[in-house]
Amino acid sequence: MSNVKDSQWPLWEVFVQASPGIPHKHVGSVHAPDKQMAMQNARDLYTRRSEGISIWVVPAEAIVASNPDDSDMLFEPSNDKVYRHPTFYVMPEGSKNI
Amino acid sequence: MENEKQLEQFEAKINADSKIEPKDWMPEDYRKHLIRQISQHAHSEIIGMQPEGNWITRSPSLRAKLILLAKIQDEAGHGLYLYSSCETLGISREELIEQLHTGKAKYSTIFNYPVLTWADVGAIGWLVDGAAIVNQISLQRTSYGPYSRAMVRICKEESFHQRQGYEIMGKLAKGTAEQKEMAQDAINRLWWPTLMMFGPHDADSAHTGKAMKWKIKRETNDELRQRFIDKTVQQAEIIGLTVPDPELKWNAEKNKYDHGKIDWEEFKRVVNGDGPCNKKRMDNHLKAHNEGAWVREAATAYAAKQVKEEVVG
Repeated sequence: MSNVKDSQWPLWEVFVQASPGIPHKHVGSVHAPDKQMAMQNARDLYTRRSEGISIWVVPAEAIVASNPDDSDMLFEPSNDKVYRHPTFYVMPEGSKNI
Repeated sequence: MENEKQLEQFEAKINADSKIEPKDWMPEDYRKHLIRQISQHAHSEIIGMQPEGNWITRSPSLRAKLILLAKIQDEAGHGLYLYSSCETLGISREELIEQLHTGKAKYSTIFNYPVLTWADVGAIGWLVDGAAIVNQISLQRTSYGPYSRAMVRICKEESFHQRQGYEIMGKLAKGTAEQKEMAQDAINRLWWPTLMMFGPHDADSAHTGKAMKWKIKRETNDELRQRFIDKTVQQAEIIGLTVPDPELKWNAEKNKYDHGKIDWEEFKRVVNGDGPCNKKRMDNHLKAHNEGAWVREAATAYAAKQVKEEVVG
């Protein structure tokens, strides 16, 4: 009964667009041997109740993800740039539509 | 020590009700507990397809058959959401299935009971899926992100399962005397095993302490079981069925039902392999797995050939 050589196929990440005009959103993953079956499996698994109008499948190993340990280095520099937000600026009293 | 600082940060996140994500540092015990719990949950969804699958060809109408097919397809889906979420913890699908086959990983004891009549199919949807919903609603707030997201998806889909089961029971209960008896017989047999689905009493549950501390579980076995009982008794009354517990009594002071003793000896027997259908369920799974091996191999070979042709072409 050894399953040592058994393969459940590579992992693909699935992104679904729920309706026109909004971004594709990560919904989960599937196993599949190739692109076509990844697409079919994603369709069967993640859109059984009209959840989407478009699907992306991406080999999981192709995704480069940031490391939580690097969060400070990556995201800290934006914390002290409040002037990038419109609320930073003082508008003259009474000015409209700006 | 690095580990102590990491543990502190981890627990601070848990205390702040933030989520833990796959690449975050986590204690080995947290990872192990999650793998055990999520894989057991996933295996239950997959093994749970078998008792109902037996009834597809014997459904009493085309409507009932379509509904049952859709429900069983959902169970497969739920199993797959959960396997995927479990794999984010660094265990492979192959290992998960191997653990099921060797008995290292368990699945819910409820699926080791036979489904003898069409009323049992109704009782499974109403009671078994009903109990699962109570548990899963609570788990939507689990501290592990991928598990929580799988639970949200599953909860959205599960309520149809419970309603279709309750509809079957209601119809039978309103039918001929024989049909009503069949419905009552189903609840008589499945009530107690359903209560066991929530696991041992809190005082006897080996895993509850840390699971609660780390917010893997948000409510204890007894709390969830009580919520299920309080909800379900009224539903039984409405359709004229009786919950088979002579000690069941409304406790106005505590605002909940008191219930009779659960037979934990039976629970232990079934967990340890001595239920009515343990062997059958596992044999079926192994058979499907082994007979599907050539399909997995062929698809892999086909994929490799396509890649080769793309390169050449």
